[in-house]
Amino acid sequence: MEMLNIKINGRDYTVEKNTTILEACHKFGIKIPTLCYLKDINEIGACRMCLCEVKGARSLAAACVYPIDREGTEIFTNTPEIRKNRKTTLELLLSHHDKKCLSCPRSDNCELQALCLEYGVNEKNFQGEDPRYEEDLSTLHLVRNNNKCVLCRRCVAACKEQYVSVIGANNRGFDTEISCAFNKKLADVACVSCGQCTVVCPTGALVEKDNTAEVFKALADPTKHVVVHTAPSIRATLGECFGMPVGSLVTGKMVTALKMLGFDKVFDTNFGADLTIMEEGTEFIERVKNGGTLPMITSCSPGWIKFCEHYYPDLIPHLSTCKSPQQMQGAMIKSYYAEKAGIDPKDIVVVSVMPCVAKKFEIQRDDQGRDGMQDNDISISTRELAKMIKTAGIQFVDLPDEEFDPIMGIGSGAGTIFGATGGVMEAALRTVADVLTGEDLKQIDYNEIRGTEPIKEATYEVAGMQVKVAVTSGLKNAAKILDKVRAGEADYHFIEIMCCPGGCVNGGGQPIQPGHVRNFVDLKGLRAKALYQDDLGLPQRKSHENPEIKAIYDEYLGKPGSHLAHELLHTSYVKREKY
Amino acid sequence: MQKKISSIPFQGTPEQEAKLKEAIANHRDDPGAVMPVLQEAQEIYGYLPLEVQTMIADGLNVPLDEVFGVSTFYSQFALSPKGKYHISVCLGTACYVKGSGDVLNKLSEELGIEAEECSVDGQFSLTACRCIGACGLAPVITINDDVYGRLTTDEVPGILKRYKEA
Repeated sequence: MEMLNIKINGRDYTVEKNTTILEACHKFGIKIPTLCYLKDINEIGACRMCLCEVKGARSLAAACVYPIDREGTEIFTNTPEIRKNRKTTLELLLSHHDKKCLSCPRSDNCELQALCLEYGVNEKNFQGEDPRYEEDLSTLHLVRNNNKCVLCRRCVAACKEQYVSVIGANNRGFDTEISCAFNKKLADVACVSCGQCTVVCPTGALVEKDNTAEVFKALADPTKHVVVHTAPSIRATLGECFGMPVGSLVTGKMVTALKMLGFDKVFDTNFGADLTIMEEGTEFIERVKNGGTLPMITSCSPGWIKFCEHYYPDLIPHLSTCKSPQQMQGAMIKSYYAEKAGIDPKDIVVVSVMPCVAKKFEIQRDDQGRDGMQDNDISISTRELAKMIKTAGIQFVDLPDEEFDPIMGIGSGAGTIFGATGGVMEAALRTVADVLTGEDLKQIDYNEIRGTEPIKEATYEVAGMQVKVAVTSGLKNAAKILDKVRAGEADYHFIEIMCCPGGCVNGGGQPIQPGHVRNFVDLKGLRAKALYQDDLGLPQRKSHENPEIKAIYDEYLGKPGSHLAHELLHTSYVKREKY
Repeated sequence: MQKKISSIPFQGTPEQEAKLKEAIANHRDDPGAVMPVLQEAQEIYGYLPLEVQTMIADGLNVPLDEVFGVSTFYSQFALSPKGKYHISVCLGTACYVKGSGDVLNKLSEELGIEAEECSVDGQFSLTACRCIGACGLAPVITINDDVYGRLTTDEVPGILKRYKEA
């Protein structure tokens, strides 16, 4: 490793050869402003915010893509000329930006706004054309407003990283816009609803569809019994919306906040996750024993399901027929819980809090719900829940801890790790191994399939059988495995696929961290770590040991895979067009 | 100006499709194959509608939006078909100062189409072009191989009538 002696702003430093100016400055405590840069996926030097001076160079250099390759390189990051350049760049961006910060959903969490403040821009210095774009409201999961777009292309890179690429930079020069081919609306292209574009957008050009007003309305309606349930990963991410460190586990505060908001019952989707394991594990064992379609692929992630339906419809028979934990939980609230509580399911409003915006699509899918009722009525993201808590004036950080409500308030450790890549597979293996051996196995940490590597493979001996599994997240990685399955070259028995890179902890509905945090902090890893810690501390770490799961099968469903379980907890998929 | 997308139904023939598939096969392994294939496709079809771009995307295994991005970036690519009579209005400097902008507007009004569009009956298409080197005749338009110079807007309906009745 060759080291170089360099100067930054007149001070001496040593860096590894070919480190970019941006990375070097970060290492030495200098934040270089960026709008387009996303580590590894969008390194294009397009936005010109990161311009720095390299002594002797012909012009200012884009720090994000400038490798330091000469001994004695002298770099300046904060000269009057640089500040003037960055300020002018911002003012030019504002020349045709709609500047409606007061009503923008990203106000206060907007990278453009933050930079404008730092550089003291005059927003009227350049008067460009008025905003010209109609908002795209066509989908259930997001809103695209190109009047706030800065053409950084982060969303394009995120979409490409997901192997979807339904948005791109089209036309040219001043007319350039981020749009779908042939100017189609997002609802008319093969968008999988993952929402990764909303997490990386530095401004309010791509935001989730806000369903909080419907939730507030239901809460204010005395004729409605409003039940909420929160996905495994929310407890590991919600705190970020209130300035807490990445990876803070806030289960108890979250439950308290939900009760303060006025929900009649606060349930844990970890229960639904445990239920999924019971059904999916049973389905897997049956497929293995009866020569069913293998490898079986998990079906918890609605973005992944939609991807499969659009791009790999021939592999639909490989999908587990199990509904996702969200849908199972909703279905059980409107049947089992309604019956036990003596409430007409028509009077129940089920709200799910999800790390995901594809869940907004999933609740309205066909072959979900029963008797004309959806399993879940409203699905909101982590970000929307945070917004509700702020609107209600609840001081989240200082809240005491409370517990989820019975009869769906207990989740096992297996349920909680559903939120991270590898978690569903590990949860399934914990139960499948016990069921097949008839023992209470003590070795239940499947470390080979943990972690944020793109593709993980392992072979486990379960009751004398070699079970070969694969775990992947991010659709680009999924596509590699699916191509092998399609070509008949994959000898896996069971595959876990999560749509978003790193799994739900990095879902499209999770808290938005600005580029300078995203690029240098392992969000996926830290958030997942919180879930694995949660798992370790729980009294039950296997889904089938969850006492509420035992009760629901004893009292209501019979056994996993029963006729009633199939009616309520399983679903089907459809081929969708690619164009 | 953003590219106009034609709403005229696609009328490709099996022969054209076979030619396009051959072009795709010839370029499949080339880096940056989208551009040459789009060029050949435009020679085959005269323009690049959704159906053609979809075939290219599938054939080269690239996202449709990438194909569309290239086709809208370069001004030489057309998303609207050419009519039986293709009208080019020169907007080069000399023609422009002599009023070719007004001529273009008049043509647009008479034909009911904007620049870079084709009439629904497929008879006329209209485009604004750069200098065609006939500045002495400014303002100039061409209709297929016919050249009309020193035009005024009043002459436009009469000229169009000749082609409508031809």
